[in-house]
Amino acid sequence: MAEVTLTIDGKQVTVPVGTTVLEAARQAGIFIPTLCHDPDLTPWGGCRLCVVEIEGMRNLPASCVTTATSGMVVHTASPAVVEARKTIIELLLANHPMDCLTCGKNGDCRLQDYAYMYGVRQAGFAGERHSYPIEDDNPFIVRDLNKCILCGKCVRACAEIQGKNVVDFAYRGFNTRVTPAMDSTLAGSDCVFCGNCVAVCPVGALQEKGLRSSARTWEVKKVRTTCPYCGTGCTFDLNVKDGRVVGVTSCDGEVNGRALCVKGRFGYGFIHHPDRLTRPLIKRNGIFEEATWEEAIGLVAERLGAIKKEYGSGALGVLSSARCTNEENYLMSKFARAVLGTNNIDHCARL
Amino acid sequence: MTNPIGDIGGADFILAIGTNTTESHPIIGLQVKKAVRNGATLVVVDPRRTEVAGLAHYHLRLKSGTDIALLNGLANVIISEDLVNKEFVDTRTEGFEALKETVARYTPEYVEQITGISADIIREVARGYATAKNATILYTMGLTQHVCGTHNVFAVANLAMLCGHIGKPHSGVNPLRGQNNVQGACDMGALPNVLTGYQSVTLEEVRSKFAEAWGVGELPATPGLTVGEMLEAAARGEIKGMYIMGENPVLSDPDADHVIHALEKLDFLVVQDIFLTETARLADVVLPAASFAEKDGTFTNTERRVQRVRKAIEPVGEAKPDWQIICLVATAMGYPMQYGSPAEIMEEIARLTPSYGGISYQRLENGSLVWPCPAPDHPGTPILHAGKFARGLGKFHPVEYVPPAEQPDEEYPLILNTGRRHFHYHTGTMTLRTGALEEYYGREHLEINPADARALGIADGERVRVVSRRGQVEVTARVVDTVPPGVVFTSFHFPDVAINRLTNPARDPVARIPELKVCAVRVEKIA
Amino acid sequence: MPNVTLTIDGKQVTVPAGTNVLEAARSAGIFIPTLCHDPAIPGFGACRLCVVEIPGMRNLPASCVTTVAEGMVVYTASEAVIEARRTIIDLLLANHPQDCLTCEKNGDCRLQDYAFMYGVRQTSFHGERKNYPLDDSNPYIIRDQNKCILCGKCVRTCQAVPGRSVIDFGYRGFNTRVVTAMDVPLGESECVYCARCVAVCPVGALTYKPMAGKGRTWEIEKKTVTCTFCENGCTFDLNIKNGKVIGITAKEPGPGRPLCLKGRLGLELLYVDEPLTPMLKKDGQFVPVSWAEALGLEGVLSRIKELEGKKQA
Ligand code: SF4
Ligand code: SF4
Ligand code: SF4
Ligand code: SF4
Ligand code: SF4
Ligand code: SF4
Ligand code: FES
Ligand code: FES
Repeated sequence: MAEVTLTIDGKQVTVPVGTTVLEAARQAGIFIPTLCHDPDLTPWGGCRLCVVEIEGMRNLPASCVTTATSGMVVHTASPAVVEARKTIIELLLANHPMDCLTCGKNGDCRLQDYAYMYGVRQAGFAGERHSYPIEDDNPFIVRDLNKCILCGKCVRACAEIQGKNVVDFAYRGFNTRVTPAMDSTLAGSDCVFCGNCVAVCPVGALQEKGLRSSARTWEVKKVRTTCPYCGTGCTFDLNVKDGRVVGVTSCDGEVNGRALCVKGRFGYGFIHHPDRLTRPLIKRNGIFEEATWEEAIGLVAERLGAIKKEYGSGALGVLSSARCTNEENYLMSKFARAVLGTNNIDHCARL
Repeated sequence: MTNPIGDIGGADFILAIGTNTTESHPIIGLQVKKAVRNGATLVVVDPRRTEVAGLAHYHLRLKSGTDIALLNGLANVIISEDLVNKEFVDTRTEGFEALKETVARYTPEYVEQITGISADIIREVARGYATAKNATILYTMGLTQHVCGTHNVFAVANLAMLCGHIGKPHSGVNPLRGQNNVQGACDMGALPNVLTGYQSVTLEEVRSKFAEAWGVGELPATPGLTVGEMLEAAARGEIKGMYIMGENPVLSDPDADHVIHALEKLDFLVVQDIFLTETARLADVVLPAASFAEKDGTFTNTERRVQRVRKAIEPVGEAKPDWQIICLVATAMGYPMQYGSPAEIMEEIARLTPSYGGISYQRLENGSLVWPCPAPDHPGTPILHAGKFARGLGKFHPVEYVPPAEQPDEEYPLILNTGRRHFHYHTGTMTLRTGALEEYYGREHLEINPADARALGIADGERVRVVSRRGQVEVTARVVDTVPPGVVFTSFHFPDVAINRLTNPARDPVARIPELKVCAVRVEKIA
Repeated sequence: MPNVTLTIDGKQVTVPAGTNVLEAARSAGIFIPTLCHDPAIPGFGACRLCVVEIPGMRNLPASCVTTVAEGMVVYTASEAVIEARRTIIDLLLANHPQDCLTCEKNGDCRLQDYAFMYGVRQTSFHGERKNYPLDDSNPYIIRDQNKCILCGKCVRTCQAVPGRSVIDFGYRGFNTRVVTAMDVPLGESECVYCARCVAVCPVGALTYKPMAGKGRTWEIEKKTVTCTFCENGCTFDLNIKNGKVIGITAKEPGPGRPLCLKGRLGLELLYVDEPLTPMLKKDGQFVPVSWAEALGLEGVLSRIKELEGKKQA
């Protein structure tokens, strides 16, 4: 493929033709802040936070929608650029609730990151503010449009990743907002609660209801694992706080990228459900009684052994599980064949 | 699946049979949507107007249970209109003449009579499939005949081989498995006739290899019983003891009342699960297992991709990971079974299983591996049958259409179709206890066509009783035209709508899959 | 010492007589929020966030200043208790800037923790707010009195070292604040910049100037080191971000561990990847000095040089 060489902050960078200035800078390890850009979504060029100075160009172009050309000379952090970014952040903050105190995204919020990075402490413009009601009439997603910075990522994620077009921009000017058709709520729309919009939202406008109300972003440990539901095998991060699973967040999965479905993203609650079995049970006179592991295992071994002895291996059967791990299924097969001595082993694959 | 999930988005033609992909496999559904956005032709074969059917260019609302006739009809058109990929058929397959002979009878007009799909549409779809650059077939349990292995779903495979849509990207024959690790459970030999990697129990050299590795004199040589057969044998008193790990046959298997009867008849039942399921309630001993978040291991997804499961928290209460429990029981029975970690178990699996030979936890740390992966330096095999079939030449297996065992009649005039819902999973054991999913979708309903509803005097939201020859349940009716006249639909996720009390355990003679998709029922209004 | 047994949230707890209810609860693994309590200098009882319900007692007593009694029954999270805590937080927020966005303490702030925990998103009171100028008159400590919740921990910890007592409460009512003598900026006071006060401040009212703008609490990993400049053995944290040590912060001073500026600077020199030039006050002005001077090693160093020079000669 043809390549172009350009200079970014004094560094020579060679990239394939068609690469954006933003990607070129990132490849060279040079940081440019972005709000509306996402490598998985079509470029939009709306937030302008990624502006850079390019010699010979008037104005400051947005690097995420500017193609690198040969010989281009780019400055990503010149005073003019920094000044422009500060102004953009100030404008965003002018219409943003100062709610980091209890915001679920506090600590993992791009607006906050950039405000700190560029030292914008308070809004320079005290203007009118929105006061939209917070939408939390569904058990999965909380929408707080007051925090929305109109980056449009959720709109694109819903359309391009989820293929649903549930949310779109509506109204104009100061009243512009992202909303389902007819200004209904997500629960009143076609939304399937995949949460893929939540995963891309750079701020706290879209939040996972359970996760963000039970832990602060810095309190959780993330453990990468595979979804326990359907056969697709999506990868995600379990979010753990104080030894409890408090939520699921996207990572870059091999099968699914950042996309998940409602079960994978919001179906973790069974793990700590009070109905979980926590002790072995032995039925005595028709009633379950709690038992120690020793008792329970002893009884199982004794009864299975007795049946084998009296009626032969063929009188025993094992159901393994399409929900357990490979290792466990393997051991169950080994157990049936080597210990019980029967091929009577199956699982509910046929269903 | 012969091809990876990520492949589907690049197909030019998708034939989705009996899969409501966007609901039961949402992330695979995204690939289907992507292909359609990029201009692919989507054909959905399903009596119901599902979400994915709404995206289709052709929605073939065939009569329930007539899929084989339709597939044979497509093959008939492809052969008679000379759309066969001759080079592929000549060099890569055998048995073409036999297939040709069998499908000759399935002219579009004949198939129209069976399926209710017009002959013209059958022709158009056949042409589209045959002439597409890359065409893929997706299907689920609606069609399955066999379960594991690669030479099973003959009618589908015949079609793919006829047109050479196999062994290359964006094509293939792709069963979408319902549960996270059905593929792995099969791979690991949790089946009555094979050991790991589909090594047959009837082969002497296989048995002696395993017997030696497992340190036992000999292993049983005759294939064992399937789930359904075990339950029947239990009902007859021939099976006396069962060990059930992580399954809930009382809700998931057909003819629930019979299942309960069979399990109650056992001398001894031990159930190992994370909840006290409907099945566990019948047990003599219940062993508390750890959930997926509490243990290490691997799952193998529907595209044969082996992926890590990682322990995030300690098991709740005194629960233990299933692998540890099995070791305890085996050891207590005089067979010392001990592993330091699941990684060690995988080492043993790899030693005994050619297709998993190159898989280790160390490699999985750097990403998943798709089997066959025979050696530590083998990259894995995302696309099966490239250049060559596993058995050398691909064999055409002609199959005949057989009508469903139970046809609607005067007493039971409707067909009950069962399936899955987007917000729930399997018997609901997990998804009804999340504090979220069940809050949003907390009650099941029965979908019924307005014409049938009118005839029965049933209004939307009214309670009805659904009755089959085997049992009955009560449920709320939802009057919608997503189901065709004569068909009612519901899921098996909700214990209070235990729909498998109604379903038919009649089994396909070869694969022994119960006919869950079709059974005759009557619906009555509850006064 | 004799033991007493009491019941906290239905749990039997046995502790030595004289223990306060707060410590007793903590020893049983029961959480009670505190703002003004300092285990090294207990018995202040001002913030009242630690209130609990004890049947038979009027009002809700502050657990940090209530001594256990045999047979006492305590509820740490009853409705009344939660309501009281909410009100306290609400009142604190009424007079607190909404500044977490860029506050250096964000992510490690007790006021924020409790606001989240008790779901107090914002204050329901709308009154006058403090508007004090930021005090960054010295190179080491930034004081933002707008964020001060008047817990007094800084005052008590400063007074705990004989002869320091640099700060105290001043003024009254709404105007109450922690001040230096004559209310001069910290840079003009007798402050020795040991940062004991910074180490104990539960909020962002006192922060380290050398670390300002360098990283957010959740980006920073801490590693404890012990100072070896003197025999007191005070403990400090290395603050590590992206593998680089960006600063040294004092851990809360324990008994007999006074903390001092020299010790902290010495550790900065040893560990920080890009340490700032040390500054000392000379004639009332902060001026850059050499590391040798900052650490008081000039005499030693010149003597070493002298001796080594002799040896070589
Ligand atoms: S969205 Fe970000 S900036 Fe806004 S309140 Fe939440 S954390 Fe703060
Ligand atoms: S949850 Fe999914 S379907 Fe709903 S708006 Fe977000 S992206 Fe769209
Ligand atoms: S909700 Fe989030 S993703 Fe959507 S436009 Fe607003 S800030 Fe962007
Ligand atoms: S996230 Fe959804 S699509 Fe992905 S594996 Fe889990 S259940 Fe299947
Ligand atoms: S400065 Fe900090 S420690 Fe001192 S009184 Fe205020 S809040 Fe408390
Ligand atoms: S002191 Fe705490 S509550 Fe106040 S602004 Fe700083 S972080 Fe937020
Ligand atoms: S990131 Fe480039 S314009 Fe938003
Ligand atoms: S901590 Fe007890 S009153 Fe402040």
